Amino acid sequence: MSFPKMRVALVSSIVLALLATIAGCVTSYSLSEGEAERRTVEMMKSSFRAQGQASLARLEQDEVQAVCSQYHPGQAIPREVLEKIEKAQLAAIKYPAKLMGNWQAGERVAQTGTGFQFSDGPTTPVGANCYACHQLSRQELSYGNIGPSLYQFGKLRGTSEAIQKYTYGKIYNSNAFSACSSMPRFGHSKILTEAQMADLTALLLDPASPVNQ
Amino acid sequence: MRKQVLAAVVGFFCCVGAANAQNTQQEIERYRQMIADGNPAELFEAKGEGIWKQKRGPRNVSLEQCDLGKGPGVVKDAYVELPRYFKDADRVMDLETRIVHCMVTLQGFKPEDAKRNPFSNADRTADMESIVAFVTAESKGSKMNVAVSHPKEREMYQIGEKMFFYRAGPHDFACTTCHGEDSKRIRLQDLPNLTAQKDAQRAYTTWPAYRVSQSTVRTFQWRLNDCFRQQRFPNLEFTSDASVALTMFLARNANGGVFAAPALKR
Repeated sequence: MSFPKMRVALVSSIVLALLATIAGCVTSYSLSEGEAERRTVEMMKSSFRAQGQASLARLEQDEVQAVCSQYHPGQAIPREVLEKIEKAQLAAIKYPAKLMGNWQAGERVAQTGTGFQFSDGPTTPVGANCYACHQLSRQELSYGNIGPSLYQFGKLRGTSEAIQKYTYGKIYNSNAFSACSSMPRFGHSKILTEAQMADLTALLLDPASPVNQ
Repeated sequence: MRKQVLAAVVGFFCCVGAANAQNTQQEIERYRQMIADGNPAELFEAKGEGIWKQKRGPRNVSLEQCDLGKGPGVVKDAYVELPRYFKDADRVMDLETRIVHCMVTLQGFKPEDAKRNPFSNADRTADMESIVAFVTAESKGSKMNVAVSHPKEREMYQIGEKMFFYRAGPHDFACTTCHGEDSKRIRLQDLPNLTAQKDAQRAYTTWPAYRVSQSTVRTFQWRLNDCFRQQRFPNLEFTSDASVALTMFLARNANGGVFAAPALKR
């Protein structure tokens, strides 16, 4: 090893040691990774109580949730992990005969944020709450930005059979196209009905929808 | 040409949306400043002080000898060091857990009575919110200084962090779904990135808060409970281990931030 190379190696090992020390101070872990996972699940199960429709079974993770929980925002998920999830989730999508419903009904579903909370009664309407995270129509100014803007979604893509299938599929199971997405798997997890998902597909694609004006 | 016009139109409306969001934020900020001098939380603080000093419970004693971590009777700056490990209970406790502990050990309340109705609703106001307002106000202006020196403190921090990233429920949500990235919003509500120091400090140091929309002081236990409700999880038990673990993670991440609560929120 030449002298300059040694210096580089020395400096980088010092930097690494410093970083490790800082990380150690910040995180200060005392449990092994496996033990921490086991204790977390155990602690959560003893810390929540079932209420209304929210049973303790909701704390149990499926494979997608368990895998995705291991990666924090900004952390790259290995390609093979992503592909494995996407392939399995895509294979489980069930498409109805009619992919596009009514955009007016879709707009109501997109605006509704209730459903599935322990405070929701059995007859509380279940919505998709799209506007919480996405811009859709330009009339609605109260929209979030966790997801991308969907304004002119259909105008930019058209309404071909393939686009309808993609759009319905993405609503049905976002993880089939983008593993570990923040977007709920509305069909896969039985949050929305087939008709509601077709109505949302129309909201996004119908040329008459406010999304495409 | 048509595409350019279209792009300009889209650009215009995007700006209108953003400007509107910004205006709303400015209005909220202005409103906050307008009423900042008279935060109704102060009424809760005064009431809480009264409850703290009042002889109550089967043993008819006050909470004045309660040890919040800095010795019996010391309230000043106690909150900025919580949660912490308490040897007498062999448990890491946040403020509410410790208050319940003192109500049981000093005043003789049954644990289930001490923990009953911790959050106000339309029908009743919760004494716990006032007690918390009183104690936390005594830390105003001090820096968050949560230690992870005891092995149980480190365990709770580590488990709290795991919980923060734990995706579950019908919607696949975790805390990090909303609080893991910078500059995100739900509708027009800004979301703090609780994995980034500055946001974590700003968020944690402004709880508890008087919520104008709810006409009461909401505690950090309430904040976590209501987050999990929206996450579509079951109901997080008041002062449960998981609630303390998550608080440990969030409080520790806010270290160095100047405590500024009870604050005022929409």
